[in-house]
Amino acid sequence: MIEINDLHKSYKMGSNVLHVLKGINFSVKEGELVAIMGSSGSGKSTLLNILGMLDTMDTGTYMLDGVPIKNLNETKAAQYRNKFLGFIFQSFNLINYKTALENVALPLYYQRMPRKERQDKAMKYLERVGLRDWAYHHPNELSGGQKQRVAIARAMAAEPKVLLADEPTGALDSKTSYEVMDLIQKINQEGNTILVVTHEPDIANMCKRIVHLKDGVIEKDELVNQVMAAEYV
Amino acid sequence: MFSRDLWKEIFETISKNKLRTFLSGFTVALGILIFVVLYGFGNGLKNTFNEFFMDDATNTFFVFAGRTSMPYKGFKSNRNIEFKNDDLDDIKKNFPMFLEYITPRISRSALVKYKGESNNYNTRAVGPAHQYNEKTIMMKGRYLNENDVLERTRYAVIGRLVEKDLFGTANAIGKYIDLGGRAFKVIGVFQDDGGDNEERYIYIPYTTRQLIEKNTDKVDQIILGFKQEIGYPGAMAFEKSLNKFLKEKHNISPEDQRAIFIRNVADQLKQNQQFAGVLQLIVLFVAFGTIIAGIIGISNIMVFIVKERTKEIGVRKALGATPRAVISMILLEAVFITTIAGYIGMVIGVVLLNSLGNTLKDYFITNPYININTAIVATFILIIAGAIAGYIPAKRAARIKPIVALRDE
Ligand SMILES: Nc1ncnc2c1ncn2[C@@H]1O[C@H](COP(=O)(O)OP(=O)(O)O)[C@@H](O)[C@H]1O
Ligand SMILES: [Mg+2]
Repeated sequence: MIEINDLHKSYKMGSNVLHVLKGINFSVKEGELVAIMGSSGSGKSTLLNILGMLDTMDTGTYMLDGVPIKNLNETKAAQYRNKFLGFIFQSFNLINYKTALENVALPLYYQRMPRKERQDKAMKYLERVGLRDWAYHHPNELSGGQKQRVAIARAMAAEPKVLLADEPTGALDSKTSYEVMDLIQKINQEGNTILVVTHEPDIANMCKRIVHLKDGVIEKDELVNQVMAAEYV
Repeated sequence: MFSRDLWKEIFETISKNKLRTFLSGFTVALGILIFVVLYGFGNGLKNTFNEFFMDDATNTFFVFAGRTSMPYKGFKSNRNIEFKNDDLDDIKKNFPMFLEYITPRISRSALVKYKGESNNYNTRAVGPAHQYNEKTIMMKGRYLNENDVLERTRYAVIGRLVEKDLFGTANAIGKYIDLGGRAFKVIGVFQDDGGDNEERYIYIPYTTRQLIEKNTDKVDQIILGFKQEIGYPGAMAFEKSLNKFLKEKHNISPEDQRAIFIRNVADQLKQNQQFAGVLQLIVLFVAFGTIIAGIIGISNIMVFIVKERTKEIGVRKALGATPRAVISMILLEAVFITTIAGYIGMVIGVVLLNSLGNTLKDYFITNPYININTAIVATFILIIAGAIAGYIPAKRAARIKPIVALRDE
């Protein structure tokens, strides 16, 4: 599903060059649930953003579902993001003036799906994250866990190939974190490919595979015994 | 670009961000409103100037005689010059190609009585042609004619308000009024658009007045109309040669500026129209300044809106919004608000102008108005300029990098 070869990324800060990713080789197969771990500043988000076509790499190759991701213009990148990727952010990034349902329907709007169909589908995904009754509420009426579930529904609504989650539990207490991880595990069991960036070991252990990032390279890449979040809920 | 879904999305954004919508709409509406009102005031000024002249004919010279200011041909300085009936005849004889009509005017104030009522009025002793120059409109009876001048009849043509003062609701025609101790028969009643003062005059034949004043042949003032077809340059040439002719006839130095004075209404009108034109240009300039300010206002608001929505735009782009989608969203919202607000501002402005009417007449603004096409064009310019001004921030919004917008800080 994802193939990365010798990926380099550096940031120029004035005269300094900060070399963040120094040759990443890494692949993900369909249906995997991968945690990307590392200390703060180790380049986890940078890697995820490049995978999400929100940022560009300096050198290296990137294949997503057999499609080479290279020299994309803005329009093409937007279309690929819409078709291939779903994003889940630490701070949810819901649009405040839209209801939960409208938020979930937004990626479908950019797919030019007709309004009625869009709303039906958005409702289906809201139901899946257990928020059918909250469909017409605005984000400020929802708890943190509910907001993240809306964000997950939104990420899934466009039925992308890969879900990318950057510290999805970073802003939540541990009980809510486990609920969200339980949801992510269930989505994964349905066959979805998911990458989760985290620096919390207990969250990482709820995935099936952990990739450790350190000093810009992959230090360790291991399969783990998945801890089921449902046990803690 | 103009899909129903996009509009739905825009209506949603607008209706859910009321303050933002109101602020930007308000600026635009105010800009158009001020433009319409100022432009209307410009027209009102022009109306005032036109009105000064409208009730009288403009192809007119008023010729006055004064005292000489320099000696000439053995005559001393400070000699009193007076026109006589033969001056009228000479002008008629010498300028037939220019002249349309000519009449003297001798103004006297007189106590006028009818039965119990009495009042002081200005009487004007004139010839029949005077009717053209004042654009006097007869309500009933007739104006003075050539025969009245020849026969020196004791006939009077009185203003509408003179009749009202002296006769109340009764008909004045055929009645005799006491005018300065002599009985005059009222043969006509007139009205005049020039206002109340104009309708309190009494006209009598000039020869009758001359007879009363010891059978003199002096006239105070000569009023003449020139043929319209000679145009403005012809009028200026006529004024010049008439001046020369009268000076020669009365032995006045060609350099003397005091002895003969010709008030050329056509020339005055032209000068005043030019003045009004300049005023209107200034007003127009100010009005366009307002439009420019409105455009700057719109672009500022657009910059503000884009800044405020940076994060939202980042989210939308992460979810698959193309740069084009972002630009149409921002731009169409701006154009939509500008159109609605511009229209509202225009309508308020036009209604305001219409309701003003003559209330600002003291400030030389009469019936301010704006041609509806001008108002629409101005609104259109603002909308288009607003779209152009909005395009730059919209383009910038489209270039926002989602990672920058979404960074958690
Ligand atoms: N846009 C940027 N410009 C400059 N430096 C950046 C930028 N984004 C990230 N960095 C730096 O790159 C390093 C890795 O950042 P990041 O990938 O966010 O780390 P993590 O998510 O693992 O905490 C950090 O030192 C960060 O300061
Ligand atoms: Mg990070």
